[in-house]
Amino acid sequence: MHIVVLIKQIFDPDVATTVFRIDEEARAIVPLPGVSPVISPFDEQAVEAAMRIKDAYGQKLESEKNDVKVTIVTMATETARVAIKGELAKGADEGLLLVDPLFENADAVLTANILAAAIRKLGDVDLIIAGRQAADKDLGVVGLGVAQLLDIPAITYACDIEIDNKTVFVERVLEDGTEKVQTQLPALVTISHELGKPRYAGLRETMRAARKPINAWNVSDLGIDTDIKYGRQHIEKLFIPDNKVNCELIHGDTPDDVAFQLATRLKEADLI
Amino acid sequence: MTDKSNILVLVEMDQDRVSDLSLEMLGCARQLADKNNKCDVIAVVFGHEFGTLGEDLISYGANKVTLFQDKLCLPYQADTWLPDITAVAKESKASLILMGHNSTGGDLAPRVAFQLKCGVATSCEKITIEGAKTFLTRTCYGGKAREVLSFDNEVAIATIRPKSQTPIPRDIERHGDIKTKPLSVEENDIRVNVVERKRVESGGPKLENASIIVAGGGGLGGPEGFEIAADLAGVLGGAVGASRVACDQGWCPPGYQIGLSGKTVAPELYIAIGISGASHHMAGCANAKNIVAINNDADAPMFNFSKYGAIGDYEELLPALTKQIAKLKGQ
Repeated sequence: MHIVVLIKQIFDPDVATTVFRIDEEARAIVPLPGVSPVISPFDEQAVEAAMRIKDAYGQKLESEKNDVKVTIVTMATETARVAIKGELAKGADEGLLLVDPLFENADAVLTANILAAAIRKLGDVDLIIAGRQAADKDLGVVGLGVAQLLDIPAITYACDIEIDNKTVFVERVLEDGTEKVQTQLPALVTISHELGKPRYAGLRETMRAARKPINAWNVSDLGIDTDIKYGRQHIEKLFIPDNKVNCELIHGDTPDDVAFQLATRLKEADLI
Repeated sequence: MTDKSNILVLVEMDQDRVSDLSLEMLGCARQLADKNNKCDVIAVVFGHEFGTLGEDLISYGANKVTLFQDKLCLPYQADTWLPDITAVAKESKASLILMGHNSTGGDLAPRVAFQLKCGVATSCEKITIEGAKTFLTRTCYGGKAREVLSFDNEVAIATIRPKSQTPIPRDIERHGDIKTKPLSVEENDIRVNVVERKRVESGGPKLENASIIVAGGGGLGGPEGFEIAADLAGVLGGAVGASRVACDQGWCPPGYQIGLSGKTVAPELYIAIGISGASHHMAGCANAKNIVAINNDADAPMFNFSKYGAIGDYEELLPALTKQIAKLKGQ
């Protein structure tokens, strides 16, 4: 079983709103000193999903874990090697970096085409796992695009994933509950945050990770034309919305006093 | 827009009525169409029993309706809807396709975009059309920012955030064409099968439609806090919601989640308790008409978005507030 996990290194989404800045001219965010890029949290959970499958295989026999190979794939610059290493230290087996000047600033359509070409070249992939969206642009298009380009079934917003032989069982998060679905491999699954916390890298795995291979492929390795003509996206504008209002703070000597004043205000404003 | 470009709206049902979000999308499409050479607004629905649905959709802004009728249509699966929605988009010369920003639209829109080889923007709050170009304003960076996108092609697909658009008043004098079509896929073409569906029922009004919401966050410290919040929601006749932090901790059901990856709400009154006001949460509640913040952290950004605020421990403030409101309401 070969599982590919697609990850993306992004600007830390947990940076506080108060320091988050945009260069409106460049239509890009302003990098902050001392703030390192992180792996998109949904992608970390995608790795976690892959590792849970690997664990489930190895439950009976430790050697069976080796029957599941997990490859971490990212389209990025050389700096993303450290991101791949971090995931190898959680138990993934190999890394693949798709790197080329022609890939820089790729939009969703180009990214999906590059990733799909890499998966085709890998050849023996049974399952592709991705985050439901990258936590920078929050678009949620690339994963499904890869599935469409490879013409394989895709299941989105997974909070639980299991594999039995050649069938993948997924619990999907819906607005009013969940649904259990199944499909035959090869397939692509995108992971939602309801999957739960990703594991930390262990010391032993971190040491082992140093010896795990990270391959790099460029545009000629993939043999693709990056000049894709359809669906190309233009960022016309990037801005921070202003929805601040003046807040009237309610003060009082006791909680009962504050509650009385607040309740009275709400009543006067006809809100209750 | 050229004279042949039309707007297609993928309509979804909520039990046996048109979903609120679909009505909002029809309103948006109608307003855009009236400004742009009176192009067609085509509503597309997948289902098996329609009754007067076609006429209803016309009264809410569509002037053409295509109903795909088959018992296979529901529950939604991408394989079932994709071929026909793609075909109808081509046939109807749609240059803008609107779907809901939810577990259906978010799952389907990118696939349709790759089938049609066109652009797609998810989580859109605003759409404008200028000449041949469509501009789509969407949330990004966890709700911290907005970007305006355009695409090279003539066709763009947008998933629309709930509560970002306004439905138009129902007008039963409107006329239009209604077509019923069979589904083109067959059972064997469907690669993904639904084994089981679990609906989580919550008491009280539905979160998305509630006019009053009491929402709790990390500051509640545990599931007990949600019981206190539920008491307040009870006297107000409101619904209980939560931030992602509280849901991820398992203090309340995942369906309570309000925010970028949860529900979007726009109540008259939103009482945020122990919620810091992070952007990804605000993306789900920024359209609330009046926000009240209760937090023991005076620096919580939530106060910046709130009309009224109270700094203090919710464990003391909330029961007192519940009591005072009950008194004022004569309960």
